[in-house]
Amino acid sequence: MNNRRKKSFGTKVIFYGVLTLVSLIMIVPFLWMINTSFKDSTKIFTFQWIPDPFRWQNYLDVLEKTPFHLFYFNSIYIAVLVTIGTIFFGSLAGYAFAKLSFRGSSILFLCLLSTMMIPVEVITIPLFLLMRDLGLIDTHIPLIGIPILGPAGVFGVFVMRQFFLLVPKELEEAAKLDGCSYFRIYWSIMLPLAKPAIATLTIFTFLTSWNEFYEPLIYINSKELMTLPLALALFTDEVGTQWELLMSASVMATVPLLIIFFFAQKQFIEGVSMTGGK
Amino acid sequence: MEANLNTSAQLSLEKKRRRKKFIGSEAFYGYLFVSPMVLGFLVVMLGPLLYSFYMSLTDWQLLGDPNFIGLENYQRLTSDPEFGTVLKNTLIFSVGLVPVNIILALMLALLLHRNLPGMGIFRTAIFIPVMTSIVVWSIIWKYMFATDEGFINQILRVFSIEGPAWLYDPKLAMAAVIVVSAMKNVGLNMVLFLAALQQVPRTLYEASYLDGANKSKQFWYVTLPMITPTVFLTLILTVIGSMKVFGQIYVMTGGGPGNHTKVLVYYIWETAFKLFDFGYASAIAIILFIIILVFTLAQWVLRKRWVFHEQ
Repeated sequence: MNNRRKKSFGTKVIFYGVLTLVSLIMIVPFLWMINTSFKDSTKIFTFQWIPDPFRWQNYLDVLEKTPFHLFYFNSIYIAVLVTIGTIFFGSLAGYAFAKLSFRGSSILFLCLLSTMMIPVEVITIPLFLLMRDLGLIDTHIPLIGIPILGPAGVFGVFVMRQFFLLVPKELEEAAKLDGCSYFRIYWSIMLPLAKPAIATLTIFTFLTSWNEFYEPLIYINSKELMTLPLALALFTDEVGTQWELLMSASVMATVPLLIIFFFAQKQFIEGVSMTGGK
Repeated sequence: MEANLNTSAQLSLEKKRRRKKFIGSEAFYGYLFVSPMVLGFLVVMLGPLLYSFYMSLTDWQLLGDPNFIGLENYQRLTSDPEFGTVLKNTLIFSVGLVPVNIILALMLALLLHRNLPGMGIFRTAIFIPVMTSIVVWSIIWKYMFATDEGFINQILRVFSIEGPAWLYDPKLAMAAVIVVSAMKNVGLNMVLFLAALQQVPRTLYEASYLDGANKSKQFWYVTLPMITPTVFLTLILTVIGSMKVFGQIYVMTGGGPGNHTKVLVYYIWETAFKLFDFGYASAIAIILFIIILVFTLAQWVLRKRWVFHEQ
């Protein structure tokens, strides 16, 4: 018995050791980022637990040298609009596919679903030319419209349809007898019921949009229209090896999202695992 | 005669009535509600895909009109040494990333799938890179991989090892990108596996325990078969994702040194939006589409055969 307990203590040490090591490897880059963001430019490659001199100034430098507040604003409002649009059109179509009977509905749904295997990277060239002909290059419209009507939206339809399929028929039948229109049923009965699915979809869509890099790289040229990932990537070219500024900018771009994640991580992780990480 | 007229008048009346009936009917609202997404499907997905096929058969450049040149772009692909390199690099990336990612994620999920204190903290830590933008993650790692005084080489120096120029070494640059990519996404696959592990009914373990199965037997004969659907799906998603790698390459190496980390999407982007050779870039994009299509179809077909348990 004693022997067995010893063995289990040993495995526990190894077990926690491995997990601690892996977690540290994941966390250290962020700590190093925060550490460097306060360093003096002459000391960026010197190892110091607490940077000396401790420079808040780096953050102010970033804000002065770049329209960082604009990048922030652009990222937020684009992600918010994409999320709202995806939820509205996705749930509307998801409700119709799940609950309304009309000819060809299953074929239409399959068509939509099949586009999930079309990589955005494949169709970007025609989309770029389309946007050019419409005069929408260097505007935010492609960054908002394409995800809503394209990949993000289709994913939204899928998630919402799966959810609405589980809603019992009696609910809407009662509403129908009361003379509710279909839009009314959708808006005041189905949508409030779908809060869990909407939460999942919100997290997923917002995160995808917030981190999107390829599309802004292609559609945006003007500095003041850039989103955070694009601005950071180009900032790398611009400031060259001024790592302390790059790290301050990265901290500002990352930490707010990480704080939100910390408080809502259960929803985040469940949401991602529910949606299969598509 | 009169009766005939009567019926035809009735028919047209019927039609009108039907049309009136259609407006406001269940089917009408069905079509109305799905119309934005169907329109989007046509304009943003299907249309561009078909147009990509057409463009790949032209010599379209930024200025000037497209000329139809048949399969010339595809012939050019077969004799383009750079395309060969790009294909090879994408394959190396995929072969390097996928097994590491899946095995590590599975191991971590098995470790974390216990009711011990602290599991939540580890799970959070490993999941954080998933939340982070690939651009930020790559920037940090580019800095950590810096040659002379970068974090990693400083650590190596503690062990008296002179660290190499990671991102400027033809052999090491791809390895560095693979490691960084694996760490970025291992948390995602881990969470998917954890969810699958939680679905395995406890009674199966109890039954196998009564039958005398030890821990490793339980893993091979209970756990693994029960989570194969998830493992398989995750595997395919990871493979497809690895074919589309772009952000980390753009930030960390820019395809370099030389062409040693140039991958498919980077080559498409460069050909289309740096060199404005839209026709040729479309041909490469179509090749990417076919590769991904093959994996997706393979998933559908093989799923039924390989996967032990599926509902």
